[in-house]
Amino acid sequence: MTTKKFMFVNRKAPYGTVYALESLEVVLITAAFDQDVSLVFMDDGVYQLKKGQQTKGIEHKNFSPTYRALEGYDIEKLYVDRESMTARSLTEDDLLVPVTVLSRDQLTSLFEEQDVVLSF
Amino acid sequence: MPNIEVNGKTYETDEEGYLVNLGDWNTDVADFIAKVENVDMTDQHWEVVNFLRQYYDEYQIAPAVRVLTKAIGKTLGPEKGNSQYLYELFPYGPAKQACKIAGLPKPTGCV
Amino acid sequence: MLHIINKSSLERGSLDSCLELIGTGTLLLIEDAVYAATRGHASSGKLSEIAAKRNVFVLVPDCEARGVADRLIEGVKAVDYGGFVDLVAENPNCHSWL
Repeated sequence: MTTKKFMFVNRKAPYGTVYALESLEVVLITAAFDQDVSLVFMDDGVYQLKKGQQTKGIEHKNFSPTYRALEGYDIEKLYVDRESMTARSLTEDDLLVPVTVLSRDQLTSLFEEQDVVLSF
Repeated sequence: MPNIEVNGKTYETDEEGYLVNLGDWNTDVADFIAKVENVDMTDQHWEVVNFLRQYYDEYQIAPAVRVLTKAIGKTLGPEKGNSQYLYELFPYGPAKQACKIAGLPKPTGCV
Repeated sequence: MLHIINKSSLERGSLDSCLELIGTGTLLLIEDAVYAATRGHASSGKLSEIAAKRNVFVLVPDCEARGVADRLIEGVKAVDYGGFVDLVAENPNCHSWL
């Protein structure tokens, strides 16, 4: 099987919609196929990685610890959009996992080099 | 087996025998499920089951076999972090069978 | 009137539209709308302005779920589910923005 470059674009906040959780599940399944996977977090999607999520009050499963398991699944290319972070006053210290912060120009290049792009 | 009864208490399971409620788990329930699975629980089995529970506690998912194997190798040593060792303990698959005994959901992506 | 918003202000225009015609009403932010009430957020400025004149509430369990309960802007009041019910009961009518 040839390796393709897969990119998951995450643009929704967690819990308000099901997109974030669905994306995470697809990413974990994709990991079994040994592809070149990148995750991009932009717009409200950067909130998926916010530290300190406590979901007891809304009676929803807190899936944020699972982002820390991605490394064990050999998914290590996590990118966040700098402008989305700034608009939300977030810094890398606010995030659960190590990420690479990219400018819009860098993101454009990253998008262009992909074989498959999946949007959530 | 839609429900199992252990020590006079009833526990809900799904059609494949996985516990429905994570919080229901205890070692007696684990022993019971192991018997149904024809697994004779030894210290080595418990080590893997406890490892899985710790993994779930930390990451909120049941790991894929490949990930479990690697993680066990890192923590418990390479002689245990290989699929031969794990399949000897759990012949029907360490992820499926050990997760079931550990009271975890079926690993994501495991069909 | 109680205005309830549940969508992110950076994704939908409901907060902006609501602020245009809130009048003397009360605002309650729930679900993804709570992010707007966090310090440094792009929408926090206009929310602060409204909070100085009107009652602005956020639903605490939704803030906790999103890890932002510790970074709410000044002037915004916290409510739990019981407080949510009280707000609905106290106000003559209510508009849940889509």
